[in-house]
Amino acid sequence: MFRFSKPSLGGAIALALATLTANSALADGKYAGIGRSATRAEIHAWDIDVRPDFKGLRPGSGSVDQGQEVWEAKCASCHGSFGESNEVHTPLIGGTTKDDIKTGHVLSLVKGDAPQRSAIMKVATVSTLFDYINRAMPLTAPKSLSNDEVYALVAYLLNLAEIVPGDFVLTDKNIAEAQARMPNRNGMNTDHGMWPGATAAKGGIGNGGKPDVKNTACMSNCKTEVKVASLLPVYAETAHGNLAEQNRPVGPVRGKDTSGKAATPVAPAPLSENATASKLASDSGCMACHGVASKIVGPGYNEVAAKYKGQADAETKLVAKVKAGGQGAWGAIPMPPQGQLKDADIRSLVKWIMSGAKAQ
Amino acid sequence: MADQPTQRGRVRPAPENFLTETEITAVKEGRRDFLRNAFITASAALTGSGIARAADGDPNILTLPPWTTSLGQPVAARPYGLPSQYEKGLQRRESPGLTRMPQVSVAFTPLQGLFGIITPSGLHFERHHQGWADIDPSKHRLMVHGTDNGFVKQPKVYTVDDILRLPPVSRMHFIECGANTGMEWGNVAVPTVQYSHGMLSCSEFTGVPLRLILEDCGIDWKKAKYVLAEGADGSSMTRTIPIEMVQSDEVLVAYGQNGEMLRPENGYPLRLVVPGVQGVSWVKWLRRIEVGDKPWATKDEAIHYIDLMPDGQHRQYTSVQECKSVITTPSGGQILLDKGFYNISGLAWSGRGKIKRVDVSTDGGINWRPARVEGPVNAKCLTRFNIDWVWDGKPAILQSRALDDTGYVQPGYGQLRAVRGTKSIYHNNAIQSWKVTESGEVSNVQVL
Repeated sequence: MFRFSKPSLGGAIALALATLTANSALADGKYAGIGRSATRAEIHAWDIDVRPDFKGLRPGSGSVDQGQEVWEAKCASCHGSFGESNEVHTPLIGGTTKDDIKTGHVLSLVKGDAPQRSAIMKVATVSTLFDYINRAMPLTAPKSLSNDEVYALVAYLLNLAEIVPGDFVLTDKNIAEAQARMPNRNGMNTDHGMWPGATAAKGGIGNGGKPDVKNTACMSNCKTEVKVASLLPVYAETAHGNLAEQNRPVGPVRGKDTSGKAATPVAPAPLSENATASKLASDSGCMACHGVASKIVGPGYNEVAAKYKGQADAETKLVAKVKAGGQGAWGAIPMPPQGQLKDADIRSLVKWIMSGAKAQ
Repeated sequence: MADQPTQRGRVRPAPENFLTETEITAVKEGRRDFLRNAFITASAALTGSGIARAADGDPNILTLPPWTTSLGQPVAARPYGLPSQYEKGLQRRESPGLTRMPQVSVAFTPLQGLFGIITPSGLHFERHHQGWADIDPSKHRLMVHGTDNGFVKQPKVYTVDDILRLPPVSRMHFIECGANTGMEWGNVAVPTVQYSHGMLSCSEFTGVPLRLILEDCGIDWKKAKYVLAEGADGSSMTRTIPIEMVQSDEVLVAYGQNGEMLRPENGYPLRLVVPGVQGVSWVKWLRRIEVGDKPWATKDEAIHYIDLMPDGQHRQYTSVQECKSVITTPSGGQILLDKGFYNISGLAWSGRGKIKRVDVSTDGGINWRPARVEGPVNAKCLTRFNIDWVWDGKPAILQSRALDDTGYVQPGYGQLRAVRGTKSIYHNNAIQSWKVTESGEVSNVQVL
């Protein structure tokens, strides 16, 4: 669409014609000159969503085996080899049974005995897995997977949950068969009053805003005793820092000093070199996989420092490894490339790791 | 001394500026014994209002401070203004241990120190699903299209220039995360209102009703049932919005927040505003609207933001934030200065409309008094309430209970749990209780 045109007759005619063409479908177009038609290629580039009825799913295929390969390379570092890891995120797989696949209800949710809910225990729709992996995974490189890789990864996850066999090849043609075996496919309820649109009776969702919990506005002698059901645990009071420093120093109240120290106001010192690097490691997500003094998914920084100690080119080598990612030096789980970090930041992280990764 | 304190002070911190210039010099010179004496003096001289006074009056009055006796700072010394250095305690904060990665996390608004109903933009709570980005607005696009041909006559692309040329509206609305107060479903877990209720903010948003944009694309209102909103961040977060809300003109494609552009953490340059609906639907960095006829069951509608009920079923597409309120002053982790007069103050809101009334109890819910509802009362917007209270120094339990214009009354924990159990995570709108002890300490408790 045109923003400006030269004030010549030819230009004006060209503008008028172009506007007519672009808006020919919009006889009542009120906002002349605003927006332009989307091209097919543009819609294709962004319209990647997949609905529960598989509308939007692009044809493709991937086997469980192919999925395993991609998984080990790009996913296992955070989710564990079997999607079971609880280190970086809550587990994806676990807590479902063969019986759940039959009934479509995850029994441990009904019994309430699961320590936590894995993704496969909750999700009712296999389209959700495909859509989310396709748009957002891996966390540090979303939208880098090919269509077939996404099929393969979904196949691998479904196999881990024993929904499909090990020789399964997931395609757009048979994904509905997988849907029919999703362990919690019957576990969703939309009969509630918290949908702000049309009711289910009118083709929408829910009951139109009927509240499920009711209270009355009693004003006096509403009960005979006050039952305190729960108090703040001591650890919770001190786990959130010094509350005195989270309140205003004037007004009707002060924050309670939960520092465990005498309240002597001290100006915050500027961060030391170590503290700066430590903060950088934490802010950049490094600490999700590496401990300072212990292995998490990847090696502990103490282990890295010990391994490369005394090597003249250690710093250069490690900078390259952080940047490009790597596999093999510490086992099968690869480290994803960290291209989002600045070179100078990677260098200071490596220096800090080699010097013992001290907090201060 | 003329006015000895008649009531026992609950807080005895040394007041912020209790040392005079001369006394500071003395400390700097190394006379440490002086500091100890000063503490004793300050403590002994504490009055009901907490200000230290010498025999002939308050040194803050008798000795003129440097800001009264010198030339101040020039204009535009800070071209984008900042709060006073004394306000630095009031910041967005994470709750330790709640999330495992700072990019997939939440930072809470310090409700304990805010006034009125508008949240300063720099203190608006943050919730990101895959980190935030500061997007170049000249490279940002909003695309509108249908699931199939026929939902809109003409799929279109808009630049930020385009959106800012359209006729805007400005409206004040609250935004609350569906998981606000989620840590407290089973028991008390966090110490202050920042962590218990701080996934709540309120702004004046400026933007274009989505209805106008969809009509510009020639939407078929008869065919359209839902829209999908999608962000431009790494997560490209998606949520299903009912077409009825779009038709009502409530849903905005917003770019303004409290008079300036949205902050990057809040979706610069474009975000969806979906009044009364949980924050996850207010898609940030909005890049795409798809018009369709079925809901999408996206990750944040099928794995997260689903409410587990006692029968093992999850409620899906729970979106409305029901009527809720909380007392922000005094609140958990605070200490009352002394016995005497206080203004109990708090916030009330409802995703279904306007706040009609707020009742406050100081005895744990046996007796209630209607509070003053202050300032503008807007639909789907924070509403400030205040009520007088003279604290007699005895234990008390403070509660607030909001009513909205649909007649709904905010429930207690017992009522909420009887229906929804304790594992829902989302949509906890129970009455909050703050216990006040004889020492003036306020702490988080739950009353059935």
